[in-house]
Amino acid sequence: MKRVEVVVVGAGAAGMAAAKGAAENGAHVLLLDNENWVGGILQQCIHNGFGVHRYKEELTGPEFAERLKKEIPSDVEVMTGSFVHKIFPEEKKLIVISRRGIEEIHYESMVFATGAREKTFQSLLIPGTRPVGIYTAGQAQRMINIDGYLPGKRALVLGSGDVGLIMARRMHLEGMEVIGVVERLPYPGGLRRNVKQCLEDFDIPLYLSHTVVRVEGFPRLEKVIVAKVDGKFSPIPGTEKELKVDTLVVSVGLVPVKKLLAKFVDVESGILVSNSGQTSVDSIFAAGNVTTIFDLVDYVANEGEKAGKNAALYAKGKFEGKRIPVKKGEGVKVLHPKWYDPSDPLSVYLRVSRPMERAVVRIGKYEIEAEDLTPAEMVHVEIEPPCEDEIVVSVTEV
Amino acid sequence: MERIKCVRCPLGCMLKVKVTKDGIEVEGNRCPRGEEFALQEIENPMRILTTSVRVSGGVLPLVSVKTSGAVPRDKIKELMDHIKSLEVEAPVKIGDVIEKNVLNLGVDLVATRDCDEK
Ligand SMILES: Cc1cc2nc3c(=O)[nH]c(=O)nc-3n(C[C@H](O)[C@H](O)[C@H](O)COP(=O)(O)OP(=O)(O)OC[C@H]3O[C@@H](n4cnc5c(N)ncnc54)[C@H](O)[C@@H]3O)c2cc1C
Ligand code: SF4
Repeated sequence: MKRVEVVVVGAGAAGMAAAKGAAENGAHVLLLDNENWVGGILQQCIHNGFGVHRYKEELTGPEFAERLKKEIPSDVEVMTGSFVHKIFPEEKKLIVISRRGIEEIHYESMVFATGAREKTFQSLLIPGTRPVGIYTAGQAQRMINIDGYLPGKRALVLGSGDVGLIMARRMHLEGMEVIGVVERLPYPGGLRRNVKQCLEDFDIPLYLSHTVVRVEGFPRLEKVIVAKVDGKFSPIPGTEKELKVDTLVVSVGLVPVKKLLAKFVDVESGILVSNSGQTSVDSIFAAGNVTTIFDLVDYVANEGEKAGKNAALYAKGKFEGKRIPVKKGEGVKVLHPKWYDPSDPLSVYLRVSRPMERAVVRIGKYEIEAEDLTPAEMVHVEIEPPCEDEIVVSVTEV
Repeated sequence: MERIKCVRCPLGCMLKVKVTKDGIEVEGNRCPRGEEFALQEIENPMRILTTSVRVSGGVLPLVSVKTSGAVPRDKIKELMDHIKSLEVEAPVKIGDVIEKNVLNLGVDLVATRDCDEK
């Protein structure tokens, strides 16, 4: 049995920043990850584009991880290869499995930062065979960037989120033929910069309002059948096209890894938190992609650091925690955080429900003008509102 | 007027670029690098290349690398072919120069992660 003040579960960007924030506020911190390294998803994202806000420099994923790792005070205890198996919030303890065996850890407060996993092809329920050659973008990324082999020769990418776009470019650069990216929405799902530098730069076609309706081939993938979709994402009969590929890379979104806590704290698609990082259970904080899917690691690190700081204050009996509801108004598809705690400024992250050229973002009584908004790009606004009963956030096109 | 997406950072500003007699006028950039980018994008598009290099005797088969600065976009294919022919020996440290002045482009190839010896 081990006793710490703050335990951090997951050592991705959020967890590393949380360990830093907690240790700098005087807590005895234990940082846990089940991989044999820290950095989480960053280690396989070898493209650049990380850290523009935090370090005013454009780094690759592994470089960002290295930078952040150096900021963690040396008195933080780091345990890699350590899988958190179960959490008992009422007794403030958790069970860790590692090479050393099974260990019980008692804590005063916790920061939960387990990140997100990819949705799988199976979950899309697309008819056809289940051949070799269908991978999630993350699996393909790991194959190419860490293990060093190519998934196939001729590929189609399903989903135009950043991960899909980046993998289209990566496979093209490695000499695979990438015949296109298929997206069911009428606009791309990823950042504009990635549409440009991953697809347009290499003339890789993007098929908007299209989806995969069937896959064929066994044991290896041979064909993918795509079709146009209508406004409700239903395939339009007669628009089917047959594409000969041996690889289908599926990048249809990330899902927060919240299972260990889902029974104990309030959740929607991710774990709900206040702007201070506190969940509905006072001693449990959460940050990063397990709370909502962030575009930028800079945001993840900032939220992690704040959650760590507050978890340390909580462990020392110096953090109260208020939860003023922050509510979705018109034009908002995704909103973070769930509650406002006046002890920190209110950092609002939102995704609009549809593309808008010019809009007014309203956060309670505040109004900010914005241009060129798309659901693919998170809007971030930081304000210090007065205490109200609730804060409604809306976006109106003008 | 031309609309160009700035790719210098993930904010991806939508630049509105007007080419005039004396150069260009840029709107929509959230920082000065956007203007610089627009000019370059019109004259000669440049990109940073990130990829990986084979490692012998390392705990990983590959080490990730990047060019230390942007290279002309139309040189990327040639550069990739060259990089695929390289192999380095472990250990590699983050920041190590794998090759100086690659293909005489005036930039170095730099490791972006550590790879220890096996
Ligand atoms: C392909 C891709 C491209 C991206 N590109 C960019 C970009 O260009 N610029 C940018 O700023 N951002 C980018 N991002 C976003 C950014 O990288 C992520 O938002 C951020 O790294 C997420 O950090 P995290 O700590 O929340 O999650 P993760 O990095 O996923 O970390 C979670 C960690 O928790 C551990 N864990 C999970 N469960 C357990 C358990 N039970 N016990 C112990 N450990 C556990 C996991 O092993 C993992 O290490 C990209 C993301 C992806 C996927
Ligand atoms: S103009 Fe500046 S802030 Fe905008 S994308 Fe370019 S570099 Fe980033």
